[in-house]
Amino acid sequence: MMPELGKYAVTVLSAWVVTLGLLAALVALTLWRSARVRRALDAQERKARRHD
Amino acid sequence: MLRRLGQRERMMSIWEYANPKRFMETSGWLLPWATGLSVLTLLVGLTWGFFFTPEAERFGSTVKIIYIHVPAAFVAINAWGMMLVTSLIWLIRRHHVSALAARAAAPVGLVMTLIALFTGAIWGQPMWGTWWAWDPRLTSFLILFLFYLGYIALWQAIENPDAAADLTSVLCLVGSVFAFLSRYAVYFWAQGLHQGASLSADRAEHVADVYAWPLWVSIAGFVLLFLTLMLVRTRTEIRARRLSALLARERME
Repeated sequence: MMPELGKYAVTVLSAWVVTLGLLAALVALTLWRSARVRRALDAQERKARRHD
Repeated sequence: MLRRLGQRERMMSIWEYANPKRFMETSGWLLPWATGLSVLTLLVGLTWGFFFTPEAERFGSTVKIIYIHVPAAFVAINAWGMMLVTSLIWLIRRHHVSALAARAAAPVGLVMTLIALFTGAIWGQPMWGTWWAWDPRLTSFLILFLFYLGYIALWQAIENPDAAADLTSVLCLVGSVFAFLSRYAVYFWAQGLHQGASLSADRAEHVADVYAWPLWVSIAGFVLLFLTLMLVRTRTEIRARRLSALLARERME
Protein backbone atom coordinates (compact mmCIF):
# COMPACT_ATOMS: atom_id res chain seq x y z
CA MET A 1 0.00 0.00 0.00
CA MET A 2 3.13 2.17 0.05
CA PRO A 3 3.13 4.74 -2.77
CA GLU A 4 5.99 4.57 -5.28
CA LEU A 5 8.47 7.23 -4.14
CA GLY A 6 11.30 6.38 -6.54
CA LYS A 7 14.69 7.95 -6.01
CA TYR A 8 13.38 10.48 -3.52
CA ALA A 9 12.09 7.84 -1.08
CA VAL A 10 14.63 8.71 1.64
CA THR A 11 13.95 12.45 1.32
CA VAL A 12 10.17 12.14 1.49
CA LEU A 13 10.11 9.52 4.23
CA SER A 14 12.60 11.28 6.51
CA ALA A 15 10.67 14.56 6.20
CA TRP A 16 7.42 12.82 7.12
CA VAL A 17 8.85 10.67 9.91
CA VAL A 18 10.58 13.62 11.60
CA THR A 19 7.46 15.80 11.28
CA LEU A 20 5.13 13.18 12.74
CA GLY A 21 7.66 12.47 15.49
CA LEU A 22 7.92 16.15 16.45
CA LEU A 23 4.14 16.55 16.46
CA ALA A 24 3.71 13.42 18.58
CA ALA A 25 6.31 14.69 21.05
CA LEU A 26 4.54 18.07 21.25
CA VAL A 27 1.16 16.43 21.91
CA ALA A 28 2.66 14.04 24.49
CA LEU A 29 4.45 16.86 26.32
CA THR A 30 1.28 18.99 26.33
CA LEU A 31 -0.85 16.16 27.77
CA TRP A 32 1.82 15.16 30.30
CA ARG A 33 2.16 18.67 31.70
CA SER A 34 -1.62 19.13 31.66
CA ALA A 35 -2.12 15.98 33.78
CA ARG A 36 0.70 16.89 36.15
CA VAL A 37 -0.54 20.43 36.82
CA ARG A 38 -4.12 19.24 37.18
CA ARG A 39 -3.09 16.64 39.78
CA ALA A 40 -1.00 19.15 41.71
CA LEU A 41 -3.84 21.70 41.72
CA ASP A 42 -6.41 19.11 42.86
CA ALA A 43 -4.16 18.06 45.72
CA GLN A 44 -3.55 21.66 46.75
CA GLU A 45 -7.26 22.54 46.61
CA ARG A 46 -8.12 19.55 48.83
CA LYS A 47 -5.45 20.69 51.26
CA ALA A 48 -6.75 24.29 51.23
CA ARG A 49 -10.31 23.09 51.92
CA ARG A 50 -9.15 21.07 54.91
CA HIS A 51 -7.55 24.19 56.33
CA ASP A 52 -10.66 26.36 55.98
CA MET B 1 -9.98 40.43 42.85
CA LEU B 2 -10.73 38.05 40.01
CA ARG B 3 -14.39 37.96 40.96
CA ARG B 4 -14.60 41.74 40.87
CA LEU B 5 -12.94 41.77 37.46
CA GLY B 6 -15.44 39.17 36.31
CA GLN B 7 -18.43 41.29 37.25
CA ARG B 8 -17.10 44.34 35.56
CA GLU B 9 -16.41 42.41 32.41
CA ARG B 10 -19.91 41.00 32.15
CA MET B 11 -21.00 44.19 30.45
CA MET B 12 -18.90 43.49 27.37
CA SER B 13 -19.65 40.07 26.01
CA ILE B 14 -16.42 39.19 24.20
CA TRP B 15 -14.34 40.11 27.21
CA GLU B 16 -16.18 37.55 29.28
CA TYR B 17 -13.72 34.95 28.03
CA ALA B 18 -10.96 36.88 29.73
CA ASN B 19 -12.45 35.66 32.99
CA PRO B 20 -10.48 32.48 33.84
CA LYS B 21 -13.52 30.66 35.21
CA ARG B 22 -15.55 31.48 32.14
CA PHE B 23 -12.67 30.45 29.89
CA MET B 24 -12.37 27.10 31.66
CA GLU B 25 -16.08 26.40 31.20
CA THR B 26 -16.17 27.32 27.53
CA SER B 27 -12.88 25.66 26.60
CA GLY B 28 -13.87 22.51 28.49
CA TRP B 29 -16.98 22.30 26.35
CA LEU B 30 -15.12 23.11 23.15
CA LEU B 31 -12.17 20.77 23.67
CA PRO B 32 -13.70 17.41 22.65
CA TRP B 33 -15.05 18.96 19.44
CA ALA B 34 -11.74 20.61 18.58
CA THR B 35 -9.88 17.36 19.28
CA GLY B 36 -12.22 15.25 17.16
CA LEU B 37 -12.19 17.69 14.26
CA SER B 38 -8.42 18.08 14.22
CA VAL B 39 -7.81 14.31 14.33
CA LEU B 40 -10.29 13.84 11.50
CA THR B 41 -8.94 16.58 9.22
CA LEU B 42 -5.32 15.61 9.90
CA LEU B 43 -6.03 11.97 9.08
CA VAL B 44 -7.89 12.84 5.88
CA GLY B 45 -5.49 15.57 4.72
CA LEU B 46 -2.24 13.73 5.43
CA THR B 47 -3.45 10.34 4.13
CA TRP B 48 -4.76 11.98 0.98
CA GLY B 49 -1.53 13.92 0.50
CA PHE B 50 0.81 11.03 1.17
CA PHE B 51 -0.97 8.12 -0.50
CA PHE B 52 -3.27 9.52 -3.15
CA THR B 53 -1.43 12.28 -4.97
CA PRO B 54 0.52 11.80 -8.21
CA GLU B 55 4.16 12.75 -8.72
CA ALA B 56 4.74 16.27 -9.96
CA GLU B 57 6.63 17.03 -13.14
CA ARG B 58 9.55 18.96 -11.71
CA PHE B 59 9.44 17.65 -8.16
CA GLY B 60 8.92 13.91 -8.52
CA SER B 61 7.64 12.36 -5.32
CA THR B 62 9.13 15.18 -3.20
CA VAL B 63 5.90 17.09 -3.87
CA LYS B 64 4.46 15.04 -1.00
CA ILE B 65 6.55 17.13 1.41
CA ILE B 66 4.28 20.08 0.64
CA TYR B 67 1.53 18.55 2.84
CA ILE B 68 3.61 19.00 5.97
CA HIS B 69 5.92 21.86 4.97
CA VAL B 70 3.32 24.45 3.96
CA PRO B 71 0.82 23.80 6.81
CA ALA B 72 3.63 23.89 9.40
CA ALA B 73 4.98 27.15 7.99
CA PHE B 74 1.46 28.61 7.85
CA VAL B 75 0.85 27.79 11.52
CA ALA B 76 4.36 28.95 12.51
CA ILE B 77 3.68 32.44 11.14
CA ASN B 78 0.07 32.72 12.26
CA ALA B 79 0.80 31.43 15.76
CA TRP B 80 3.06 34.43 16.19
CA GLY B 81 0.26 36.62 14.82
CA MET B 82 -2.10 35.18 17.41
CA MET B 83 0.51 35.79 20.12
CA LEU B 84 0.79 39.38 18.90
CA VAL B 85 -2.97 39.91 19.30
CA THR B 86 -3.14 38.30 22.75
CA SER B 87 -0.01 40.18 23.86
CA LEU B 88 -1.59 43.48 22.81
CA ILE B 89 -4.78 42.58 24.70
CA TRP B 90 -2.64 41.90 27.77
CA LEU B 91 -0.70 45.14 27.42
CA ILE B 92 -3.80 47.26 26.89
CA ARG B 93 -6.48 45.57 28.98
CA ARG B 94 -4.47 43.46 31.47
CA HIS B 95 -6.41 40.24 30.95
CA HIS B 96 -4.39 37.41 32.43
CA VAL B 97 -5.94 34.70 30.28
CA SER B 98 -4.74 36.60 27.23
CA ALA B 99 -1.14 36.66 28.44
CA LEU B 100 -1.34 32.98 29.35
CA ALA B 101 -2.74 32.12 25.91
CA ALA B 102 0.26 33.79 24.29
CA ARG B 103 2.59 31.86 26.56
CA ALA B 104 0.77 28.61 25.75
CA ALA B 105 1.06 29.15 22.00
CA ALA B 106 4.82 29.71 21.86
CA PRO B 107 6.07 26.10 22.15
CA VAL B 108 3.56 25.02 19.49
CA GLY B 109 4.80 27.77 17.19
CA LEU B 110 8.39 26.77 17.90
CA VAL B 111 7.80 23.16 16.88
CA MET B 112 5.95 24.28 13.73
CA THR B 113 8.84 26.57 12.78
CA LEU B 114 11.28 23.73 13.35
CA ILE B 115 9.20 21.42 11.13
CA ALA B 116 9.04 24.06 8.39
CA LEU B 117 12.81 24.61 8.55
CA PHE B 118 13.63 20.90 8.65
CA THR B 119 11.30 19.79 5.88
CA GLY B 120 12.45 22.80 3.85
CA ALA B 121 16.10 21.84 4.21
CA ILE B 122 15.53 18.21 3.34
CA TRP B 123 13.43 19.28 0.34
CA GLY B 124 15.92 21.91 -0.74
CA GLN B 125 18.75 19.41 -0.98
CA PRO B 126 17.49 17.50 -4.05
CA MET B 127 15.65 20.50 -5.59
CA TRP B 128 18.12 23.37 -5.19
CA GLY B 129 21.21 21.27 -4.56
CA THR B 130 21.63 22.77 -1.09
CA TRP B 131 20.19 22.26 2.39
CA TRP B 132 20.27 25.91 3.20
CA ALA B 133 20.61 29.28 1.49
CA TRP B 134 20.53 32.79 2.93
CA ASP B 135 17.42 33.47 0.94
CA PRO B 136 15.11 36.21 2.35
CA ARG B 137 12.32 33.84 3.29
CA LEU B 138 14.56 31.17 4.78
CA THR B 139 16.55 33.71 6.75
CA SER B 140 13.51 35.42 8.23
CA PHE B 141 12.15 32.00 9.18
CA LEU B 142 15.36 31.18 11.00
CA ILE B 143 15.14 34.49 12.86
CA LEU B 144 11.50 33.73 13.72
CA PHE B 145 12.70 30.42 15.18
CA LEU B 146 15.24 32.27 17.34
CA PHE B 147 12.53 34.70 18.47
CA TYR B 148 10.35 31.79 19.58
CA LEU B 149 13.29 30.43 21.61
CA GLY B 150 13.97 33.85 23.15
CA TYR B 151 10.29 34.38 23.93
CA ILE B 152 10.01 31.04 25.76
CA ALA B 153 13.28 31.62 27.62
CA LEU B 154 12.16 35.10 28.71
CA TRP B 155 8.92 33.75 30.21
CA GLN B 156 10.97 31.28 32.23
CA ALA B 157 13.65 33.73 33.27
CA ILE B 158 11.40 36.20 35.10
CA GLU B 159 9.95 35.29 38.47
CA ASN B 160 7.13 37.86 38.64
CA PRO B 161 4.36 36.64 36.26
CA ASP B 162 3.04 40.12 35.42
CA ALA B 163 6.51 41.47 34.66
CA ALA B 164 7.19 38.37 32.55
CA ALA B 165 3.94 38.94 30.63
CA ASP B 166 4.89 42.60 30.02
CA LEU B 167 8.38 41.90 28.75
CA THR B 168 7.42 38.90 26.61
CA SER B 169 4.63 40.99 25.07
CA VAL B 170 7.14 43.63 24.03
CA LEU B 171 9.44 40.95 22.63
CA CYS B 172 6.47 39.60 20.69
CA LEU B 173 5.85 43.03 19.13
CA VAL B 174 9.46 43.21 17.96
CA GLY B 175 9.46 39.63 16.64
CA SER B 176 6.34 40.31 14.62
CA VAL B 177 8.51 42.05 12.05
CA PHE B 178 10.10 38.70 11.24
CA ALA B 179 6.85 36.78 11.30
CA PHE B 180 5.61 39.30 8.76
CA LEU B 181 8.82 39.13 6.71
CA SER B 182 8.79 35.33 6.62
CA ARG B 183 5.47 35.63 4.82
CA TYR B 184 6.20 38.59 2.56
CA ALA B 185 9.98 38.71 2.15
CA VAL B 186 9.62 36.87 -1.16
CA TYR B 187 7.65 39.77 -2.58
CA PHE B 188 9.75 42.59 -1.12
CA TRP B 189 13.03 41.46 -2.56
CA ALA B 190 11.77 39.34 -5.43
CA GLN B 191 14.86 37.17 -5.27
CA GLY B 192 16.14 34.04 -3.62
CA LEU B 193 15.41 30.39 -4.19
CA HIS B 194 12.09 30.06 -2.44
CA GLN B 195 8.98 30.26 -4.57
CA GLY B 196 5.98 32.44 -3.82
CA ALA B 197 2.56 31.35 -2.63
CA SER B 198 1.59 27.74 -3.24
CA LEU B 199 -2.07 28.52 -2.84
CA SER B 200 -3.34 31.73 -4.32
CA ALA B 201 -6.15 33.04 -6.45
CA ASP B 202 -3.59 33.68 -9.17
CA ARG B 203 -3.85 30.68 -11.47
CA ALA B 204 -0.33 31.02 -12.84
CA GLU B 205 1.25 30.61 -9.41
CA HIS B 206 -1.23 28.19 -7.99
CA VAL B 207 -0.38 24.50 -7.69
CA ALA B 208 -2.67 22.18 -9.66
CA ASP B 209 -6.01 21.30 -8.05
CA VAL B 210 -5.04 17.68 -7.57
CA TYR B 211 -2.37 18.92 -5.12
CA ALA B 212 -4.28 21.91 -3.75
CA TRP B 213 -7.28 20.08 -2.29
CA PRO B 214 -5.39 17.74 0.04
CA LEU B 215 -3.16 20.72 0.91
CA TRP B 216 -6.16 22.78 2.02
CA VAL B 217 -7.36 19.89 4.18
CA SER B 218 -3.88 19.45 5.69
CA ILE B 219 -3.68 23.17 6.48
CA ALA B 220 -7.09 22.97 8.15
CA GLY B 221 -5.83 19.96 10.13
CA PHE B 222 -2.70 21.79 11.31
CA VAL B 223 -4.72 24.88 12.26
CA LEU B 224 -7.22 22.77 14.21
CA LEU B 225 -4.36 20.92 15.90
CA PHE B 226 -2.91 24.29 16.89
CA LEU B 227 -6.26 25.42 18.31
CA THR B 228 -6.71 22.18 20.24
CA LEU B 229 -3.22 22.35 21.72
CA MET B 230 -3.81 26.02 22.53
CA LEU B 231 -6.97 25.18 24.47
CA VAL B 232 -5.26 22.39 26.44
CA ARG B 233 -2.14 24.45 27.12
CA THR B 234 -4.00 27.63 28.10
CA ARG B 235 -6.10 25.56 30.52
CA THR B 236 -2.87 24.17 31.97
CA GLU B 237 -1.43 27.68 32.37
CA ILE B 238 -4.59 28.88 34.12
CA ARG B 239 -4.42 25.92 36.51
CA ALA B 240 -0.72 26.53 37.12
CA ARG B 241 -1.47 30.16 37.92
CA ARG B 242 -4.19 29.17 40.39
CA LEU B 243 -1.86 26.59 41.91
CA SER B 244 0.86 29.15 42.55
CA ALA B 245 -1.74 31.53 44.06
CA LEU B 246 -2.85 28.77 46.45
CA LEU B 247 0.74 27.98 47.35
CA ALA B 248 1.46 31.65 48.02
CA ARG B 249 -1.59 31.87 50.27
CA GLU B 250 -0.50 28.76 52.15
CA ARG B 251 2.92 30.27 52.77
CA MET B 252 1.34 33.42 54.20
CA GLU B 253 -0.85 31.57 56.68
